[in-house]
Amino acid sequence: MLSRTADHLYWMSRYIERAESLARLIDTHYRMSLLPHASATLARSLRSTLSALHVEAAYHERHAQIAPRAVFEFLSLDREHGASIVNCLRAARENARAVRGSLTSELWETLNSTWLEARSTASHGATQADIGQFIEWVKERSHLTRGVTIGTMLRDEAFHFTRIGTFLERADNTARMLLAREEDLRPGADAGSVPDPYEWSVLLRALSAFEVYRRVHRGVITPINVAHMLILRDDMPRSLLRCCKEVYQNLKSVANEQSAETERHAGEMHAMLHFTTIEDLIELGLPRFLAQFAGRINRLAERISSDFLVAPAQG
Amino acid sequence: MELNPYDEMLAGDGVARVHYRRYDDWLRSQPADRLAQKRAEADALFHRVGITFAVYGQEEGAERLIPFDIVPRVLPHEEWSRLESGLGQRTRALNAFLHDIYHEQHILKAGVIPAEQVLCNAQYRPEMQGLDVPGGIYAHIAGIDIVRDDAGEFRVLEDNLRVPSGVSYMLENRKMMMRLFPELFSGHRIAPIDHYPDVLLENLRSVAPTGVADPTVVLLTAGAHNSAYFEHAFLAQQMGIELVEGQDMFVRDEAVYMRTTRGPQRVDVIYRRIDDDYLDPLVFRPDSMLGVPGLLTAYRAGRVTIANAIGTGVADDKSVYPYVPEMIRFYLGQEPIIGNVKTWMLRRPEDLAYVLAHLAELVVKEVHGAGGYGMLIGPASTAAELAAFRARIIADPDRYIAQPTLALSTCPTFAARQLSPRHIDLRPFVLSGRDVSIVPGGLTRVALRAGSLVVNSSQGGGTKDTWVLESPC
Repeated sequence: MLSRTADHLYWMSRYIERAESLARLIDTHYRMSLLPHASATLARSLRSTLSALHVEAAYHERHAQIAPRAVFEFLSLDREHGASIVNCLRAARENARAVRGSLTSELWETLNSTWLEARSTASHGATQADIGQFIEWVKERSHLTRGVTIGTMLRDEAFHFTRIGTFLERADNTARMLLAREEDLRPGADAGSVPDPYEWSVLLRALSAFEVYRRVHRGVITPINVAHMLILRDDMPRSLLRCCKEVYQNLKSVANEQSAETERHAGEMHAMLHFTTIEDLIELGLPRFLAQFAGRINRLAERISSDFLVAPAQG
Repeated sequence: MELNPYDEMLAGDGVARVHYRRYDDWLRSQPADRLAQKRAEADALFHRVGITFAVYGQEEGAERLIPFDIVPRVLPHEEWSRLESGLGQRTRALNAFLHDIYHEQHILKAGVIPAEQVLCNAQYRPEMQGLDVPGGIYAHIAGIDIVRDDAGEFRVLEDNLRVPSGVSYMLENRKMMMRLFPELFSGHRIAPIDHYPDVLLENLRSVAPTGVADPTVVLLTAGAHNSAYFEHAFLAQQMGIELVEGQDMFVRDEAVYMRTTRGPQRVDVIYRRIDDDYLDPLVFRPDSMLGVPGLLTAYRAGRVTIANAIGTGVADDKSVYPYVPEMIRFYLGQEPIIGNVKTWMLRRPEDLAYVLAHLAELVVKEVHGAGGYGMLIGPASTAAELAAFRARIIADPDRYIAQPTLALSTCPTFAARQLSPRHIDLRPFVLSGRDVSIVPGGLTRVALRAGSLVVNSSQGGGTKDTWVLESPC
């Protein structure tokens, strides 16, 4: 398949995954904003979220204060803000449009109608009730897109590059969400106590892990247990281990003459997560581990780009 | 000037013609609101599927629907048979002409066409002189625009031999009609057209360089911002071939390769949807980012086929158009089955004098214009517009031809919640390879504004499904 086509497919799925991650984030904060007495926690959580997304500066160009409504709109429907959900959906659709011939018509139509509807919602301006509806809708569209991808696409290279995009984005997202709460994960922090149960349940909900946590851990939510589940559990769809495993397996299916080293990197990341224990990571320092991991994921993405996606100057 | 056009559906007495009778019966049985409802449904579907075209000169990324009309244009079997023979004949002659002028130039030596008309034409490519192309075919895909005059005669208005577009709308319109009105298809014997991509692919494979057993065909597009991008993506997908941009290919040792995730892959046939000027920056426009440096070297070495060939524009130029009937006589020894529209060539002083005296009645076109741009429709123009155009003609008469204002035939069209007659034309697609093949029908374009004669999509035209009935009804 054409390198350019693979590149578009990879970014198409990254942007859809990113839109879903943003929707999950907004969703949990939005729920929090409807509760009484949560405003201090909410503001703190919103601030660390903006910082984890590297969009704090962009936000403050528009708004002086961290206000929930303003943050929600900024992250979801703001067409001027390049990293908003609406613009992620646009980017996903533009990438899909560039390679629509390589997609099943169902997948193309799903992405196209998602964008058409998002654009019309964004142009109408949103009321508070709409934001809740909109992010619910974004999650549904992302589920639908994933379902259509898995349900209709041939299991060929196009599919594998789509999946690589999805899981790299997801791994990056999970690592950043954990990093945003790094102060609770520092070695000095008391692992047994709960710094702020609500913030950690917000995180769990953002990653669709709240019910799962309840099933695998009895008792209170502790940062270390959450970190364990989101880093090392193989059966947890958004955990770093699961994401790395998927990236590695899909990468093996598209291997070419120059990709051996990239495959080795992906395999090493997977093996490290597979064989390590949470105690090892605590000893290393969880924040330090997460920062290293985020860096490695980004370097892996760059390697994949140069091996497969960006065509070398001569053949 | 009073035009009295031929109506495709209704005869002079307002009664449906024989081949439209069944449709007419069905139409009369439809509840008042159903058509409006079906039309809205069609619009929504086209938007969702993304069957759009980009509009030049509008904000970047602006995409619009080509309006689709739900009343089909129906051609009876006998009329189509005649059209089909005429189109095959004309395309054969045009290909023979292209081969001739890029080789011995018999037709110029015989004085049938003035040599300067061809050799001084900007579309004539000296790079093609003496080059043999597979099968001697230059125009592999031709879109021949056909109109019907007030006497009910078909005439060729224009030949499109460079990168004719519109076939995807032909195919999507049929899909849409079958989805909206399945009952009409069980009640009629309508010739199928959805095998077009297969025929096109076979045709392209048949002109691969000699010795290539299993040729790799690609479709070369200018990219997602090109007005016909939907069609490029659609055809590539339907044929199962790669949709490539210039940057995806490179030339090494006189062979063309595309860059894939598994390394370079050889390309044998390029169905190109960009103009000659942009194909190879080393030979044509040096600023072109759309082409492939060195492509012409590979082409001249016979290592890759380009379809349509380079330099076909010299045969579809409006200044050469008036000579096509002569080409048919010269190369095939036959009388043209479909005639031309009467054309004045303004480089001839007597034609120029006539046209300037009758400007308000005529249509004047730029010789190299396309898409309905740079055109004067005399009867629809104000005195000021006529005066301005007259000045342009006098300044450079060679650039123009003139034709009578044709009473293009009309077809009932759903406009403003009711059916009214609107002018139409027809673009059938003629494929030439080892054989000539034409899927029945073509793209019917319709001028949606009452009285308008401009059917181009860039000028507010729409399209209709085109039915060729399989046997006499």
